[in-house]
Amino acid sequence: MVNKRIDGPTGTETVGHEWDGIEELDTPMPRWWLWTLYLTIVWGIVYVILYPAWPLVDKATEGVLGWSSRGELAKEMSVVDQGRVTMREELSRIPIERLPENSKMFTQAVAGGRSAFQVHCSQCHGSGAAGSQTLGYPNLNDDDWLWGGDIKAIEYTLTNGIRAPGVEKTRASIMPPFDGVFEPVQLEAVVNHVLSLSGRGSRNALGAQTFQDNCSVCHGTVGEGNRDLGAPRLNDAIWLYGSSHEQLRNQILKPKMGRMPHWSDRLDPVTIKMLSAYVWSLGGGEEFVEVAADPAVKVDAEP
Amino acid sequence: MQVEAALGRAGLWFGVLLISLVFAATARDSGFAAHATIIAIVSFVLMWISVARFDPMGKARGFFQMPDGPSRYDDDPIRWGVLATMFWAIVGLLAGVFIASQLAFPQLNIEPYFNFGRVRPLHTSAVVFAFGGNILIASSFYVVQRTCRAQLAFPSLARFVFWGYQLFIVLAASGYLFGVTQSREYAEPEWYVDLWLTIVWVAYLIVFVGTLVRRTEPHIYVANWFYLSFIITIAMLHIVNNLAVPVAWNGSLSFSAFAGVQDALTQWWYGHNAVAFFLTVPFLAMMYYFVPKQAERPVYSYRLSIIHFWSLIFLYIWAGPHHLHYTALPDWAQTLGMVFSVILWMPSWGGMINGLMTLNGAWDKVRTDPIIRMMVMAMAFYGMATFEGPMLSIKAVNSLSHYTDWTVGHVHSGALGWNGLISFAAVYFLVPRLWKRERMYSLRMINWHFWLATLGIVFYASSMWVAGITQGLMWREYGPDGYLVNSFAETVAALHELYIIRAVGGVMYLGGAVIMGYNIWMTIVGRLREEVPMGAMPHYDPDKDRPIARPITPEPAE
Repeated sequence: MVNKRIDGPTGTETVGHEWDGIEELDTPMPRWWLWTLYLTIVWGIVYVILYPAWPLVDKATEGVLGWSSRGELAKEMSVVDQGRVTMREELSRIPIERLPENSKMFTQAVAGGRSAFQVHCSQCHGSGAAGSQTLGYPNLNDDDWLWGGDIKAIEYTLTNGIRAPGVEKTRASIMPPFDGVFEPVQLEAVVNHVLSLSGRGSRNALGAQTFQDNCSVCHGTVGEGNRDLGAPRLNDAIWLYGSSHEQLRNQILKPKMGRMPHWSDRLDPVTIKMLSAYVWSLGGGEEFVEVAADPAVKVDAEP
Repeated sequence: MQVEAALGRAGLWFGVLLISLVFAATARDSGFAAHATIIAIVSFVLMWISVARFDPMGKARGFFQMPDGPSRYDDDPIRWGVLATMFWAIVGLLAGVFIASQLAFPQLNIEPYFNFGRVRPLHTSAVVFAFGGNILIASSFYVVQRTCRAQLAFPSLARFVFWGYQLFIVLAASGYLFGVTQSREYAEPEWYVDLWLTIVWVAYLIVFVGTLVRRTEPHIYVANWFYLSFIITIAMLHIVNNLAVPVAWNGSLSFSAFAGVQDALTQWWYGHNAVAFFLTVPFLAMMYYFVPKQAERPVYSYRLSIIHFWSLIFLYIWAGPHHLHYTALPDWAQTLGMVFSVILWMPSWGGMINGLMTLNGAWDKVRTDPIIRMMVMAMAFYGMATFEGPMLSIKAVNSLSHYTDWTVGHVHSGALGWNGLISFAAVYFLVPRLWKRERMYSLRMINWHFWLATLGIVFYASSMWVAGITQGLMWREYGPDGYLVNSFAETVAALHELYIIRAVGGVMYLGGAVIMGYNIWMTIVGRLREEVPMGAMPHYDPDKDRPIARPITPEPAE
């Protein structure tokens, strides 16, 4: 069956077989191809000598360079940590309310805080910290604070959380459910009254009276809120669970109460400090009142 | 068909019907019940067919205008395979365009059946196993008969392979939408679907080897080496990776036989070799037959085909660990995965060289024959993808590219460029021959298909390169103060425009396939489009073939 012939256009001899009209030329392998193959094989042999490669009985060959991916990671992380160690030490020493005075330290802390915020906080508060006006994630860019907006209060909230289960010092309060308490007329009246506080609903006597009797203890007589209780301010345009009639009604009858995890057992104090500085720096941060009143008083670093 | 035989068959299908109804009624989960119902419907139809002594294939063959009568070769299952290839190509590409749009516009996630998580495996399986698998089975049956000069062994088994494989595809695809998955990439179908595929695949091996044994040629042609290694290795990979214990016989849930990093390594040993032995090796087999046939030239180098075949299949099987760089996988396994992947570069290119250089003496056909053009582009993308692959397996590169869209772009330049174009070229080669037509309905439509597909791939691959490198750089970006700069959500938002470009590329590629579907349908019904031949010289007017007359003295310049 062997039927070798010289192929016209290439001048190469065929191997001499034929399948359904297909023949094969007896062209030698391209030299560059063969030598590149040899080169990669040689490179491979060198590489498996240098790096961990061959599994043996107990463990694999370790390679003459002694390299391991764990070792490389540890080395890289230690270089990064070394670069930060001075700054972290200084940060851990400085009382947090003094941090804004030290502009170099503060800039560092805000940068670190921003990075930590993107990893730990952006899931709820959003990567721009704008939160949500209907889902109950507060906007951190404004000056409307539920529990206080000076840097120390922010740090306390971060450390202990809000309504964090099992945390002794967590910030906690309850909005009582009024389901079944109000007559329908009364409910509509109080919803309108609450909206009127920010200039939207219609003022009415029944609503004002109901608000006075049931709501003003926490939310204040004109709806100014109370930060000690985390009672939201009602006389501004910023809402946590929506501002429609329907949403207000729901929040009165079956209140939603947001939770924020406490970060003290997941982040170290220095990272929490940096996060506080970042959140404080976003635009709504307030002065720490104690320091402003009397700078000579030595302030306890504990909240 | 004898009445007794018909009744016997009807009884058999009636038994299958009863068993599937029992499974459907007692199933532990709705996905399994739905699958048992599908089997029940199929067996009911088969029972009805048997009782009525109805010859549906005869009518359907008439509808698709398949030639009758004895032929030298058994081409009936191949015709069905080509039709199924075309159908699944459009289904799979449509699913791809849909999920690409979901990534750009998340509102398109339709819960629960058409969310990204369920349609994405539908897309990958539809293009790889339904489109790719059908053209591989069909072309292997075509090539093995011609190059062995023998008819298919076990003709009824060959038909079982085709229809059984379609049932596998339907069960797999519907399972993804019902939420039936074992969450292994490219091996999502659950245990009972895996068992069915194993039966079909063994039947495929028997038909293929049986035909090789019946050959009247002294030697086995190179394309058949590639097909055979594909069938054997896929059987091994499929069985080992799908070793699992079902929770119950009447439920879809199962648990893998492996755990932890062993499970991950088994999965990527399978996953990478699915790329190797499903998407590379048998498509090279197609190249080794269809390129020399279409170019009417001898294969470039017999020696190269031997060396690159054996080095390719020896090296590929080791390369899986490069999917697990910088994970819990031990360093030694990562090293071996990377080294074998890099050495794989030249063996992969051997196939490209052999394909492209086969055109020596016929390069002019690139100008006149759009099928050759498509083949050349397929081999070019094969070469690019098999250079990019070893490069991405290098750990330093991988630390940037891993988990990014660069990987997605790499896969698609291979899948759309190499697998897609060589399959389309093979279908264009096969259809006129299988339906005994003079040529395809329109060569110019093939040219349109070629350009739409090529531009679509360019949009797709380049947008994913940019997206992947953007992602990789954003993830690792440190600010001057030594802290990470970007949140994950910001890296996602940065890709929006690139995702739109990618979806546009996908639409172009799908558009080419739709044109192809029309072209094939017109060819099957026996039409020939009147058109100017490709590469013909336009009308030549000798009077105009002269320099433009100029004034003898030029105007003085101001």
